[in-house]
Amino acid sequence: MREEIITSGRMNPKIDPYLNIWHWEIPIYLFLGGLAAGILFFAAFYTINGKEKDFPTAIEKTPLIVPFLLVIGLISLFLDLHHKLYFWRLYTTIRLESPMSWGAWVLMIVTPLSFIWAAIHLKKVFPSFKWPFPWLDIIEEFFIKYKKVIAWAMIISSLILGMYTGILLSAFNARPLWNTSILGPLFLVSGLSTGAAMNILFAKTHLEKKTFSTIDLALIGVELFLIVHLFMGLLASTQVQIDAASLFLGGSYTAAFWVLVVLMGMVIPAILEILELWKFKIPLFVPALLVIFGGILLRFIITFAGQTSRWLY
Amino acid sequence: MRYAMAIDTKKCVGCSDCVIACQTENNVPIGYCRDWIVEVTDGTYPQLEMEIRSERCNHCDNSPCVRCCPTGASHIVEGGIVLVTPNECIGCGACIASCPYDARYPHPDGHVDKCTFCVHRVEKGQQPACVGVCPTNCLYFGDLDDPKSEVSEILKTRKYKTLIPQAGTEPQLYFLI
Repeated sequence: MREEIITSGRMNPKIDPYLNIWHWEIPIYLFLGGLAAGILFFAAFYTINGKEKDFPTAIEKTPLIVPFLLVIGLISLFLDLHHKLYFWRLYTTIRLESPMSWGAWVLMIVTPLSFIWAAIHLKKVFPSFKWPFPWLDIIEEFFIKYKKVIAWAMIISSLILGMYTGILLSAFNARPLWNTSILGPLFLVSGLSTGAAMNILFAKTHLEKKTFSTIDLALIGVELFLIVHLFMGLLASTQVQIDAASLFLGGSYTAAFWVLVVLMGMVIPAILEILELWKFKIPLFVPALLVIFGGILLRFIITFAGQTSRWLY
Repeated sequence: MRYAMAIDTKKCVGCSDCVIACQTENNVPIGYCRDWIVEVTDGTYPQLEMEIRSERCNHCDNSPCVRCCPTGASHIVEGGIVLVTPNECIGCGACIASCPYDARYPHPDGHVDKCTFCVHRVEKGQQPACVGVCPTNCLYFGDLDDPKSEVSEILKTRKYKTLIPQAGTEPQLYFLI
């Protein structure tokens, strides 16, 4: 049998025997970024459509957690840096060729927007809340006046943020598993789906629960469609892409991906949501939690598996 | 000007002198290396062929590491040499993930580190440390734009290959075969 044996004298920490540069920080950030994007998208969407009365949870309540999500995400991004004291270098330049650069700038736009959005809705969620200084009320009034403008800024920047979490990985030609343009839309849709799930968890009215359950169901359908296309694309490509796909088709990530992400994170919640639509009594927090759990694991598995996929030469 | 290196895989014996010379010259932290030896054994026993390569950063013309760097710390200087400015580097790891040759590593000090083609020596008209010490003279360094340079001359007379050209990086290490 013909064989090829490659022996390398290189043993650099975090590089060999396979790339191990990104740990839990990156997938946690990718998840939180996507979740924040999803929540902000729905809040802005229903505001622009003038549905404030029907969707108080999506517009007022759930976005209150977004500043926390983004701050935790930013902290984990910071923890991932190896040269931490130089992080400000990100904001002394704009490099459009680098997804990480424009992602950092998008975060610089989305994070303050999320704080403003949460601030102008605090009084609606907590009626007894009062600002400690009167000038804060003046600022609040100003932002409430321009709420629709903020909503438009939020809907655009949240879509870019959700997309960027996937593009960050797909820009790396050196890691064949990541190097597919499906990853951008897949992470965006997954982020929207976890955002819808979060709204289901917080929703009080039947209308909101049912609407977000239906939206989530549609988004899971799109996700499954994108996953099929992801593998079709990889398997129809070159040997390195086929090897990358085989990590999930018999390789070491097969069980984790298909059982935990696809079955528990997508198929089972989809079935429960269909049953709910058929008037079965399903506690909706179950599919919602499963979707969130699947969203986290999707990021972890893609980030870790991608680092083991490589060109051989 | 376009600096490049040619590595004669027929002459290389894999002694790792280039690795040690680089570590000494560039004060590479212990346990890390900027260049390394790869041995490839190929064939059906007993008809085996062996190729020994001294590898390092390919100083690619279309370098993904420079493209994905969010701060501009990874950059290209005159002659096409790809360098990292330590106090502009935030250590995000994007360039490390983007390199199909895995030629970069996180320096224990935090910034990313890699082969510099010994730019500090080349500026003075000297050869990179690895080239200077090679006991079999299997490494050739020089300017591809100068038809009289050693590296241009050897590439005219010998067959050569580059590593994973299909990755589209236009690598500038030429392996003589």
